[in-house]
Amino acid sequence: MTEVNPAPTAPAGERPRPDAAPSLRGGLARLGEARHVGLIAALVLLAIVGLVTKPENFATSSNLVSVLALASTIGVITVGATFVIIGGGIDLSVGAVMALASVWATTLSTQSYGPVVMVICALAVGTGAGLLNGLLISYGRMVPFIATLAMLVAARGLAQRMSSQRTQLVQQDNSAIVDLSTTRVLGLPLLVYVFALVVALGWVLLNRTTFGRRTFAVGGNPEAARLAGIDVRRHTMVLYALSGLCCGIAAVLIMARTTTGSSTHGDLYELDAIAAVIIGGTLLTGGRGSIIGSILGLLIFTVITNLFILNGLNTSDQLIAKGLIIVIAVLMQRRSIRTST
Amino acid sequence: MTNNPGRRGFILGGAVIGAGALVTACTSNEPAQSAATTAPAAAAAPAGGNDQPGTPVTIGFSAPAADHGWIAAIAKNAQDAAKRYSDVTFKAVEPTNDINQQISAVESLIQAKVNVLVILPNDGEQLNQVARQAMDAGIPVINLDRVFPDKLSYRTWIGGDNYGMGVAAGHYIGKTLKDKGVSNPVILEIQGIATLPLTQDRSKGFADALKTYGFTVTAQQDAKFTVESGTQVAANLLQAHKKIDAIWNHDDDQGIGVLAAIKEANRNEFFMVGGAGSANAMRDIQADSGVLKATVTYSPTMAGSAITLARLIAQGKGMSDLLEKEVPQSLTLASETITKENAAEYLPLGFES
Repeated sequence: MTEVNPAPTAPAGERPRPDAAPSLRGGLARLGEARHVGLIAALVLLAIVGLVTKPENFATSSNLVSVLALASTIGVITVGATFVIIGGGIDLSVGAVMALASVWATTLSTQSYGPVVMVICALAVGTGAGLLNGLLISYGRMVPFIATLAMLVAARGLAQRMSSQRTQLVQQDNSAIVDLSTTRVLGLPLLVYVFALVVALGWVLLNRTTFGRRTFAVGGNPEAARLAGIDVRRHTMVLYALSGLCCGIAAVLIMARTTTGSSTHGDLYELDAIAAVIIGGTLLTGGRGSIIGSILGLLIFTVITNLFILNGLNTSDQLIAKGLIIVIAVLMQRRSIRTST
Repeated sequence: MTNNPGRRGFILGGAVIGAGALVTACTSNEPAQSAATTAPAAAAAPAGGNDQPGTPVTIGFSAPAADHGWIAAIAKNAQDAAKRYSDVTFKAVEPTNDINQQISAVESLIQAKVNVLVILPNDGEQLNQVARQAMDAGIPVINLDRVFPDKLSYRTWIGGDNYGMGVAAGHYIGKTLKDKGVSNPVILEIQGIATLPLTQDRSKGFADALKTYGFTVTAQQDAKFTVESGTQVAANLLQAHKKIDAIWNHDDDQGIGVLAAIKEANRNEFFMVGGAGSANAMRDIQADSGVLKATVTYSPTMAGSAITLARLIAQGKGMSDLLEKEVPQSLTLASETITKENAAEYLPLGFES
């Protein structure tokens, strides 16, 4: 069991399969690809809807840039969430941790040290909260759902307390933070590059390093992974810290976009992130999944919101559409798993 | 700092960059707080002998927990108003967003036999019963903003005018566009939480006022009263409409996000009107540096006025400028329009978001 399938989209099955023949592996790989094809097809379908209903608005470069910028914040969080879920866990605290990091980084005393310290502070708070999640889950033996739920509540409370429920503006002196969102390079705001960089690094970490392979192993079968000599506890802890770090990065992006830190940031991000990961073909039980899939899932959500607003439809309809998409995506996933076994 | 287990965790995490950096990044917000509203007192204090100390009065106060700058300002305004009177003992219960807890909080105030109650309910319908209990026990209830359905449940209601707020915004936008001679203007509306009656009232007032100029709302989209939702919705709306003439955004807190999205998209062909009247929005209007040209108030100073009314009612006095011997049964505050011209005058009344 030391060998874990390195293929990016077809990791080891959710159960140990020592007798898996190479041909079956190949079939799985193709199915993995097929899932991406499905996601891409869904995006193309949405794009066609956009082109038909609002030809003059949808396909403009500024609209596409806007969609990418909207996807960036939660996209970074989704990358972290993908790691945690592939590793067999769940992180419900992402939105709250991002809010806490944004508040901590925008208190007047933090702001007095300038933008660099603000960024370091956001990253440190995010990583710290993630590490605490990881400690509680790995060494405190708490169920991930409970530990991160506790963090969700506590982090939001602490964020409210720290900000006295106020919206904290990024001061004029620290406008370098806001420049992340307003400065454009080759037509794209800097924060989109941050997003792309996080996705690229996440992809490499998951698919091209031992760490990534261990993540699949730990999520697929922790006992087997332990017998294979992987320090499952430490690995799990690091996964949550990684998710926290992503929340910290997202906090910097949200500060740039909204020019504020606030305890209300990131409300229900955990659900959006988990939904995107699931639609992207990652199993909630862990052991398989892909970052590209998660990002495609997230883009589907962002494009839907964009399409609905372009067409002047209200939020309730968006929510119904999102719910339907989650159900359809998971049903299709189940079919593909059944046919592969 | 170490007596709080939650924070201990963050210090642990912060050890990554060293404890020193974390201490620097600690939680102090002092300057912002001291800059907060200090002048709610100017509002509604009736002239004449009413301000002279009278019979000592204990005022009970219950409001939702602050999850928003406006609610935070409500609590602060009430407290500041109470401090102005030497004959008032202010008894505030722990604010909560849980209906059940607010009911027991009000019950505890009834038990404590306060002279008069000021209640901003989480939900008027659901708190109606306990307010009625207070009235039945002979404690007058001042109903703040969110109204109890049963008139036997309160002595006096004071609150803002959501419909009027929409009307004020509609008139400002309608008149400005008319003066500019724009025909068929593109007018956008960014609401707060769409399912709330207050949002629907605001939108109705807005549409009605615009109609008098022959204009209609081109597109309407709801956000969630948060900065982040404001950014999201505005970024998409700006894509949907390539040329906009005016935007009304229902809430100044959410407006910070809307303005950030506008800045990011580098758009300035339109003007924007805010809502609620935060100090921050007023400063922007005063500086006249961006698209925000006005805001229509829904002022949290009403909490200060409610305390003043509670004191008068408990002391059996009327409002000395009026002929009646007793405080009126209801007071609807006018929604005022703040522009560059009068921003300086209103700034002390604005709340820090």
